[in-house]
Amino acid sequence: MGNMGRRKKATGDQMKEGHKLAIKKYLPLYIMFLPVLIYYVVFRYVPLIFSFIISVVKYQPAKGILNSKFVGLEYYQQFISSSFFLRLIRNTLAINFLQLTVGFMAPIILALLLNEVGRTRYKKMVQTVTYLPNFISSVVVVGMVVMFLSPSTGLVNNIRSTFGMERMNFLTEPGCFWIIYTLMTIWQTAGYTAIIYLASLTGISSDLYEAAKIDGAGRWKQLWYVTLPGISTTIVLMFLMKVGRVLDVGYETIVLMYNPSIYSTSDVIGTYVYRRGILNGEYSFGSAVGFFQSIIGLLLVVFANKIAKKYSEASLW
Amino acid sequence: MRDSKSRIVFQCINYTFLFLLMVAALYPVLYVLAASLSSFEFLAQGKVGIIPRGFTLDAYKRILSYPMLDRAYLNTFFYTIAGTFISMLLSVLAAYPLSRRPFPGQKLMSSVVVVAMLFSAGTVPTFLVVTKLHMYNTVWSILIPTAVSSFNVVLLKSFFQQIPYELEEAASLDGCSQMMILFRIILPLSMSGLVTVGLFYAVAQWNSYFPAMLYLRDRALVPIQIILRDIVIQNQTNELSIDLVNGSDQISESAKYATIVVATIPIMLVYPFVQKYFVKGIMVGSVKG
Repeated sequence: MGNMGRRKKATGDQMKEGHKLAIKKYLPLYIMFLPVLIYYVVFRYVPLIFSFIISVVKYQPAKGILNSKFVGLEYYQQFISSSFFLRLIRNTLAINFLQLTVGFMAPIILALLLNEVGRTRYKKMVQTVTYLPNFISSVVVVGMVVMFLSPSTGLVNNIRSTFGMERMNFLTEPGCFWIIYTLMTIWQTAGYTAIIYLASLTGISSDLYEAAKIDGAGRWKQLWYVTLPGISTTIVLMFLMKVGRVLDVGYETIVLMYNPSIYSTSDVIGTYVYRRGILNGEYSFGSAVGFFQSIIGLLLVVFANKIAKKYSEASLW
Repeated sequence: MRDSKSRIVFQCINYTFLFLLMVAALYPVLYVLAASLSSFEFLAQGKVGIIPRGFTLDAYKRILSYPMLDRAYLNTFFYTIAGTFISMLLSVLAAYPLSRRPFPGQKLMSSVVVVAMLFSAGTVPTFLVVTKLHMYNTVWSILIPTAVSSFNVVLLKSFFQQIPYELEEAASLDGCSQMMILFRIILPLSMSGLVTVGLFYAVAQWNSYFPAMLYLRDRALVPIQIILRDIVIQNQTNELSIDLVNGSDQISESAKYATIVVATIPIMLVYPFVQKYFVKGIMVGSVKG
């Protein structure tokens, strides 16, 4: 990621050797890369182009693309003017806003707290345990949420009823979805992501702390002037990676969790594409919505990267 | 130490807070385990904590006698082993050229890998491509479309780059081909990297359900995660109805917990052994990448 451009200069020199010679010399490397190139083209890049082409025609699989009727941006218009548009955008943005704020900060805070513990067994233990949920499948995690929140037998409602509170069905309550989803993903991923920050924390030289101490910096000042700047590159990179997926993150999990009674808060672009495009077989409409999503996502990450480049040393490219 | 007093207070709070986080991470897991081993009277009364009450293996007996579950379980083993093999083969072949000294076209290659990380191609067109390739409702739909993860390729590349170039140069002078360098020198020297990435792929494949939901219609092909979704989340016990649900709700409740345990146990068993590799792998990836 970060070191992609590190060897730019050397490439320039080698170009001079002449292309023919180079191609012969590096032929085995090109051949090795070929299967993966085909993979990426077929399963990542072609679908993206395909997505656009299908979205501007009235695609019917039996007819093929060439014989399908060209309709221009009709499906995009249909999507933007549909009554679901604003709701989908709001839900997608709201859920991802929570992911990019609360969800993003949780692992950083966990890593900073763990860092204070020092190189002890306790630190290892906390790391190992909090990392564990990352290995549990989404199906199981959602299943546990469903069972824990079950109105009749769920743990949460059992606790509520012992305190004399009413049993309630959280998963049919539109107001609860965003918070349930956010807490669930934090439970699942915070421990894992914290390890990435811990790796970056161990990279900070202890000389810097010594110097700060000599200058009379207390713990807070050390955190502010040494620790946080030390991991800022990682923070920015992690943020950028998340921004790229901002519009599509999580829909595979949401598909498992939601139900029509909470569509008003839980239906996001990804789930809508799945329902209309796959379940209803509206390929062109689904592709239009999907392409819209991919392009907005790509623009967001380009934009975020520009800002990152301007204000910090870290950027994706 | 100057700040010893406030430091001690802080550390007390910190240690306690981290302890609570551990509880939060572990409690649901232990509860599921305990619930699967408890008798339904205790479960229904909500008296089960992290220790089983009214210990019984009934739930397991029930679900293990169910043939569809066996089949799905074997399918998952197959997908995990075959999928990891394919993924590793492709990823190693991609990571090796990217880890070499710069050569014409290398930047383009790495762009192909990295740019794919930044966008999703879309559910519908990917679905159509898979269908067009006649993979729909075959095992290939599970093994191929998600075979390569850009993140893992970059991680492998970082591992390969840790090996000194001099070794490769010496081998090259001795007349080794690139393939031989890769298989005789690079791979044996990056075992920890291979284990890390292999396990990443294996865990992802074991836990994966979305491709199966999209592409598999034949119930004989589905992995365990699909069965789990049906009985645990959707309560669709259609095929299980006779065996599991008939009669009492409570039994189906603990059977759900037991199904989760059975589907998760292989991962929990390997976790203690592999987690140090995972940690190391992430360290290498984030420090270098």
